[in-house]
Amino acid sequence: MRPDVTPLILFIASIFTSNILLSNFLGMCSFISVSKDFKSSNGLGLAVTLTLTITTALNWLVYKYVILPLKLEYLTYIVFIIVIAAVVQVLEMLIERISSSLYMALGIFLPLITVNCAIFGVALFMQLRNYDFIQSVFFGAGSGLGWWLAIVTLAAIRKKVDVAPIPSALKGPGITLITIGFMAMAFIGFSGMISVQ
Amino acid sequence: MDILTFIVAPMVLSLLSGALAFIIVLVDSLVNNYPDFTIDINNGRKKLTAKGGSSLLVTLSSQGIFIPSACGGKASCGACKVKIESDVGVILPTELPYLSEEEKKDNIRLACQIKLKNNIRLSIPEDLLYVKQFDATVESITDLTYDIKQIKLKLLSPDSIDFKAGQYVQLIIPPYGQIPEKTQRAYSMSNTPSDNQHAELLIRLVPGGLLTTYVHKFMQVNEKVVFTGPFGDFFLRDTKAEMICVAGGSGMAPIKSIIYDMYEKKNFDRSIWYFFGAKSARDLFYLDELKELERLMPSFHFIPALSNPDPADNWKGETGLITNILDKYLKTVIKASSPKEAYLCGSPGMIDATVKVLNVNGIASEKIYYDKFA
Repeated sequence: MRPDVTPLILFIASIFTSNILLSNFLGMCSFISVSKDFKSSNGLGLAVTLTLTITTALNWLVYKYVILPLKLEYLTYIVFIIVIAAVVQVLEMLIERISSSLYMALGIFLPLITVNCAIFGVALFMQLRNYDFIQSVFFGAGSGLGWWLAIVTLAAIRKKVDVAPIPSALKGPGITLITIGFMAMAFIGFSGMISVQ
Repeated sequence: MDILTFIVAPMVLSLLSGALAFIIVLVDSLVNNYPDFTIDINNGRKKLTAKGGSSLLVTLSSQGIFIPSACGGKASCGACKVKIESDVGVILPTELPYLSEEEKKDNIRLACQIKLKNNIRLSIPEDLLYVKQFDATVESITDLTYDIKQIKLKLLSPDSIDFKAGQYVQLIIPPYGQIPEKTQRAYSMSNTPSDNQHAELLIRLVPGGLLTTYVHKFMQVNEKVVFTGPFGDFFLRDTKAEMICVAGGSGMAPIKSIIYDMYEKKNFDRSIWYFFGAKSARDLFYLDELKELERLMPSFHFIPALSNPDPADNWKGETGLITNILDKYLKTVIKASSPKEAYLCGSPGMIDATVKVLNVNGIASEKIYYDKFA
């Protein structure tokens, strides 16, 4: 029984009103550490978006055509993670070949996308909310773009914050967490407009 | 849950993993299939063509150019530094701990961390072009202390080695026991350059050390071994300065080579102070030989010191940490006014502590040469 949301609305909603990062607080580790640098944030955002779109589509297919027919629901988590890990591996090789500078900039965070909770979270939401294939793809791509938007926004804000007169005790993680809090409020402020959950 | 599930679930998981692994392998063979690239060394001095995709260190050694590396390409020794003249991208996080600010500016990189993906231009010390791979047999294995062995290698092909006293070689041992790969580690030669038919190495057993365990437990006389060399810029500087040598354990090797080389060349003008630190008498070796040399070579002073002598040792020499003894001698025995150079070989901890003592006593860091082995 799929929810009655048009894919386009779902797409917009997952970017803004129910941003995976700022409303569900998933994928925080790399969000906080990579946002120190604008360029790598941009690169990681791109990588997460690609991974999310591809893995969500793949996971939907695997769930629908392998797990459900064989009644292997209890394997869902493992299967999703295996698929995500494989996709990240492939993506890593491609990025290394295509843009070594991006590969260098992402460093350890590229393989760590495998354990990015946002990606696993989206796969689970998609299954939990019974999205169909088109919805899932739009939901995945939207969540990725939302994650990307959030991380570049935070990176930009942190650039400003770096030169702002902040009490020394708040410098670094302190002010970053406060900033994220404000960002979350701003994003969630629109949640009444479209509801998809 | 019926019995079928126990078959179906693992089957599905393995099939799925297998399919994904196949995709990865497929992509890998497509993506990581690099064409041939040229490697230009020292401004056209040597040009190589090699297939891309592997690390510069491996590519160069497969072409007969041996960049020193103690860890064999794991970015854990920082020895394989080369100067890259063309663009190979930014410095990797794995390289950062081993590069000083100055080296970063000069685009010095670790050869083991650079993947050959383009034509590349690089500079290496001219000497490295002469580094060769040697086949040798183990001529003798001698116990110097309970945990240090002296192994003497007889060169087969090439049958002689041209090196400066104090330089080192990379010993390569075959896979053994649970260790599936070749292992290589750096060891200083303790023989003098006049004996160019041999390479004599002092190897202390490091608990858990791959190569040292092999040497101590498995190596046999007459066995064939392979090594590359000579490497390193730890050798005697041609000055008139007084020499302060400090070593511990198997750090004896390059210092012994340097001092005996000076003796053979009748270089008696410079006074040499050799401080050798050990825990107790059972860690001392070459004591009689060096005492004898002290008699033959008036400019040479040998000061062994035990940090923790056993009462049974009946030790009459200096007692205390080698750095304290050094400090004491620099303040009281050795004339402060003469220019000095220091040659150190030992563990990183010992070297760092010794450099501090030397600095405090007015010996500048530029005049301190050392081989750190971890």
